[in-house]
Amino acid sequence: MNAIDRSHHKPAAKLLSGNAACAQGAIDAGCTFFAGYPITPSSEIAERLSSLLPKAGGVFIQMEDEIAAMAAVVGASMGGVKALTATSGPGFSLKQENIGYAAGAEIPCVIVNVMRGGPSTGMPTRPSQADIFQTRYGSHGDYPIIVLVPASAREIYDETLRAFDLAEICRTPVILLYDQVIAQSSETVALGGRPPAHATRKWASGPRESYKPYAAGDDLVPAMPRPGDGYRTHTTGLTHSESGFPSQDPETVTRNLGRLYAKLEKHRDLIDSYEAVRCEDAELVIVAIGISARAARRAVDACRAEGHKVGLFRPITLWPFPEIALREATKSAKTILVPELNIGQLRLEIERLLRDRRVEGLHLISGEPITPAQIAAAATKLATEV
Amino acid sequence: MFRDAPHFDVRDYLRKEMMPHFLCPGCGHGMALRALLWALHELKIDRDKLAVVSGIGCAGRLSAYIDANTFHTTHGRPLAYATGLALARPDLHVVVITGDGDCLAIGGNHLIHACRRNLKLTCLMLNNEIYGMTGGQVSPTTSETRLTTTTPHGNTEPNFDACALATAAGAGFVGREVTRHVPKMKELIKDGLQHPGFAFIEVLSDCTEVYGRKNDMGSSSEMVLRQKSEMRPSAYRDSVDEPFRSTDLPTGILARNHRPEYGAALRAAAAARAAK
Ligand SMILES: Cc1ncc(C[n+]2csc(CCOP(=O)(O)OP(=O)(O)O)c2C)c(N)n1
Ligand code: SF4
Ligand SMILES: [Mg+2]
Repeated sequence: MNAIDRSHHKPAAKLLSGNAACAQGAIDAGCTFFAGYPITPSSEIAERLSSLLPKAGGVFIQMEDEIAAMAAVVGASMGGVKALTATSGPGFSLKQENIGYAAGAEIPCVIVNVMRGGPSTGMPTRPSQADIFQTRYGSHGDYPIIVLVPASAREIYDETLRAFDLAEICRTPVILLYDQVIAQSSETVALGGRPPAHATRKWASGPRESYKPYAAGDDLVPAMPRPGDGYRTHTTGLTHSESGFPSQDPETVTRNLGRLYAKLEKHRDLIDSYEAVRCEDAELVIVAIGISARAARRAVDACRAEGHKVGLFRPITLWPFPEIALREATKSAKTILVPELNIGQLRLEIERLLRDRRVEGLHLISGEPITPAQIAAAATKLATEV
Repeated sequence: MFRDAPHFDVRDYLRKEMMPHFLCPGCGHGMALRALLWALHELKIDRDKLAVVSGIGCAGRLSAYIDANTFHTTHGRPLAYATGLALARPDLHVVVITGDGDCLAIGGNHLIHACRRNLKLTCLMLNNEIYGMTGGQVSPTTSETRLTTTTPHGNTEPNFDACALATAAGAGFVGREVTRHVPKMKELIKDGLQHPGFAFIEVLSDCTEVYGRKNDMGSSSEMVLRQKSEMRPSAYRDSVDEPFRSTDLPTGILARNHRPEYGAALRAAAAARAAK
């Protein structure tokens, strides 16, 4: 299957911003194509790659808008290369139709969305975590997608590598989602923290006559035809049969969309990722992502010092949500606290998954990050109530 | 109908599994497809290395019929997809098929920037003056006074001259032909395919079903014949002077320049930097 070649691994540590770590991760993952459009607070990724990519034999292009950037990325990937785009709120909205195309036609690609305050132009230089549902449901129709939510510059580097691996292995778009604070703060990044993996795409091989571009084996991921290899196939955003040609046959349409979901389920061991801190005996578990999870980590220690049994569950993969791990981490918890920089998004998902528990939110929409003290106060209040 | 040229059998280039095709009887898009396939045949373009990228619309559906690497993308975006594909794979010959709505309305921004960049792509825009696929709504090229399902009292908007637009935006090659003249169309497409930069070719095509009928333009053969006389000449004549010919219906190669090809320039700049 997908051989993971770690021979290029060169351990090193560097002081990098989250966005710079993302650009470095893309290069180390073997990305050779970037198309983007400037937008705060994501532009440093494009700026870095405009210098790094041509040196690495790749292509950097600034397109006329985010729709074009997303289309060019899918086009490049259809040509066989690993491709990346990066944006923030308004641009992420524009990319949605072509993200759906990549999901439906099964074209691997990586999209970075650095969250800023919204709606609309919102607060370009302020952090937010309000795109939790847009990353999952932003394009029209039913489709599955992978969303990773790193919480530090170092983790952005690691998760960028993993994003490219998952995109290639599962033939799907993968979204890297993080907030403005992590994007633009500089931290030490251990580049050797996780050796660069190079999952290679499963290319079509074998006889051309009997080849069906969307026929999949046990892993449910069809081998992709590389233009030039002689398969001369058709790729479309219309619902299609295994032959790749348009089909509206009810049985075919149902089977193919079902396979898209089942294909990610099959790879959940690779996809799922999370961190559970002091959850074993926790009566209250904080569930948080990104910058809010970092504040929550400090709050856990503060609460523990006061004698409250508090833990933290931090999804690193947001979608598909690691629900089995969440259930395990919250076994002993009666109460869940969800601190987040939005009006209540992650909380909705946790309420859905843990219907028998009390789930409270701590929602900040002021454009400021939540502090450890704010979370500790909310947790202490809940812990003393029980 | 015309007989095929020696050794050119259009069936060799069509996907049998996609037949019968979905075009309405008399639709001009079929003639444009024939001219494209004929041009590819005469230039002996290796179909394994040929990528055809199309948008959404009746014109966009044509890619599925061509036995090559074909990509049916999203409405208005085929030029942007093709830009990524051609930059990632300079070894491929990338042809774009688009419609007047696809290319000039929703995709207008991509068109002007594709012209400006001058990346090697051959863009075939099939202009039937209408949104055929969605049932005959007004398009940016619909002639004034024409009836469409969204201009029930006649179109009052001025229409685009796509070739003037492409020329002004810097396209390396600009040409126009009518479906009435398939051999001439084929020759123009051949010139476009051989141009080293961005080639924009407008084909004046007829939508018999939802445009011709609505405007009492007669049978499909009558529609083709009127291309010769009254079809759209004044709009084009009035809109530009040079470099268009002063005939009633400027066709053929309308502009050509030799600005550097974008992909090659990009690779040369990267190589120069890497060498430092
Ligand atoms: C984003 C989006 N908007 C609208 C549509 C609906 N739509 C499909 S084809 C089309 C117009 C096509 O017109 P044109 O490009 O002139 O092609 P023709 O059918 O005339 O060949 C429209 C509006 C769509 N598919 N996607
Ligand atoms: S609707 Fe018009 S453009 Fe579409 S296939 Fe029919 S005749 Fe051709
Ligand atoms: Mg049209």
